[in-house]
Amino acid sequence: MIAGADAARTRGLRRFIDNERWLGRLLLAPAVIYIVALVGFPFLLAIYYSLSDATVGSRTLHFVGLRNYGQIMDNPTFWESLRNAIVFTLVSQVLVVVLAKILALALNRNFRGKWLVRFLILLPWVAPISLGVIGWLWIFDPVYSIINWGLRAIGVFGPNTWPIWLGQPNLAMASVIMVDVWRLLPLATVIILAGLSSIPQDIHDAAAVDGVGFWRHLFRITIPLVMPIMLVALLFGVVFTFTDMIVIFVLTRGGPYDTTQVLASYAFFTGIQGGNLADGAAISLFLFPVLVGVAVLFLTMARRAEVT
Amino acid sequence: MEMASTPLRRWISRGGHFVIVAAFVTFCAFPFYWMLITTFKDTHDLINTANNPLLFNNPPTLENLRVLFLDTQFGRWLVNTLVVGLAVVAITLALAVPAGYSLARLAGRWGQQLAIGIFLTYLIPPTILFIPFSRIIGAFGLQDSLWSLVLVYPSFTVPFCTWLLMGFFKTIPKDVEEAAMIDGLSRFGAFFKVVVPISMPGILTVVIFAFTLVMQEFVYALTFITSSSQYTVSVGVPTFLVRGDVYFWGSLMGACLIVSIPIAVIYNFFVDRFVAGFTVGAIK
Repeated sequence: MIAGADAARTRGLRRFIDNERWLGRLLLAPAVIYIVALVGFPFLLAIYYSLSDATVGSRTLHFVGLRNYGQIMDNPTFWESLRNAIVFTLVSQVLVVVLAKILALALNRNFRGKWLVRFLILLPWVAPISLGVIGWLWIFDPVYSIINWGLRAIGVFGPNTWPIWLGQPNLAMASVIMVDVWRLLPLATVIILAGLSSIPQDIHDAAAVDGVGFWRHLFRITIPLVMPIMLVALLFGVVFTFTDMIVIFVLTRGGPYDTTQVLASYAFFTGIQGGNLADGAAISLFLFPVLVGVAVLFLTMARRAEVT
Repeated sequence: MEMASTPLRRWISRGGHFVIVAAFVTFCAFPFYWMLITTFKDTHDLINTANNPLLFNNPPTLENLRVLFLDTQFGRWLVNTLVVGLAVVAITLALAVPAGYSLARLAGRWGQQLAIGIFLTYLIPPTILFIPFSRIIGAFGLQDSLWSLVLVYPSFTVPFCTWLLMGFFKTIPKDVEEAAMIDGLSRFGAFFKVVVPISMPGILTVVIFAFTLVMQEFVYALTFITSSSQYTVSVGVPTFLVRGDVYFWGSLMGACLIVSIPIAVIYNFFVDRFVAGFTVGAIK
């Protein structure tokens, strides 16, 4: 294969391949350079800041080793934020996957007005998040909450029941979880729907001929076949929720008493509003190993589910 | 089991289906319905707790929209968002279209690894990067300028759109370019003159998505921009339309509705393409 005659014969071809290879690199380079400069470099800078005493005010910074991390670990608010971020993510994503699966099954058949239903269901995902969440701020308003008014009108709430949704610790967490579910449900639904419609009709027909019942069909055939795509939906949901601060920022700003503070919002309040860039960077970097772990886990599982 | 198709059972199944779909539609769309009602409500009606909030107890009014457009900087924020969006879309296309093609066709094994690498940039979200960026932007003297957003936003639109476009380009049969190259075009010529034109649906999808990502962005704009005249819609409305503790609910809801609905309508046309590109890229 390395023999001279062969090389001569394939020289033209090889030059062509070399050419293509260089063209490939040339087309790819600008995007890669941009991403490295604007994602890779700031990421390294974030790590450096977390090991320094950088603040918003001063232009100089000094290397201080792991001191910031030690300080953060001694801070109970940090642990509270970490715990809240995990609860917020886990609960909302379990709800999203279960509800999205039900909704996708319901939408996977034909009925009149389907396009309108689809449009309405997609609204929370397609509207700018911060604006949709303001709608919820109004729904949860302490004085004019339509939820409270409605539940009182139908007799669920007595005359003395008037919960302050965003002002009571457990209710506030439940509220932000509900809004997050609302926002991510459409994405998960359309992804699962795509998975459902990619299952060949023959498989369903064969199962029907064999007299397989609804639940068995669902758990033995449909769910295993859409598993890889469901995992992809879940991966994105986890990443979006764990790193999100918009829902929290607009609804509660981490309150009451930091009971809805998550890592992302805590990093913002410490680093930008508090001016302590070093601590803020260190807090936000705690997001990263968790994200990597989650991604590796899901991609491995998705690949395995696809093979079997 | 073949009893399943008696009229009664079919009716129950259809009714159950209707109830499930109706419940989900209510959950998803109610906040927007509520925005719509609130936008056109008279403020006195809105704050009178004795009134039924679901009805117009006073006649509907356009006063809230008048306040929104004439007494706030909402119009300015819309223009800012549009300017940033168009600039970011242009940068994104210039970078992501060639990169997506290269990953789909020209790059071999290292290309696949690079594609995964690009995918992994999702794992470094704005909430990690905004702190170093706050200083980088300051060093460039771009704080409080829309250019800071134009510079930074492609850092998340480019990976996403490259990934999407890679999926689209993979679905185009290789024969298309091979035929063009036999007809005498170079590889680049075949890409530019043949593949790009037939990929217009995919490229249009990317334009829409890059634009909506810009409209959604919140963290960077909140961090880099401090003067109200430079805000984009997604940050201006939640921060500056809220004056102290008094919320102008009618105007706020109007602002949310006006921005959300047109985007939702356009986006709706492209969702299927988006999901296709997205899952082809992710699973393949």
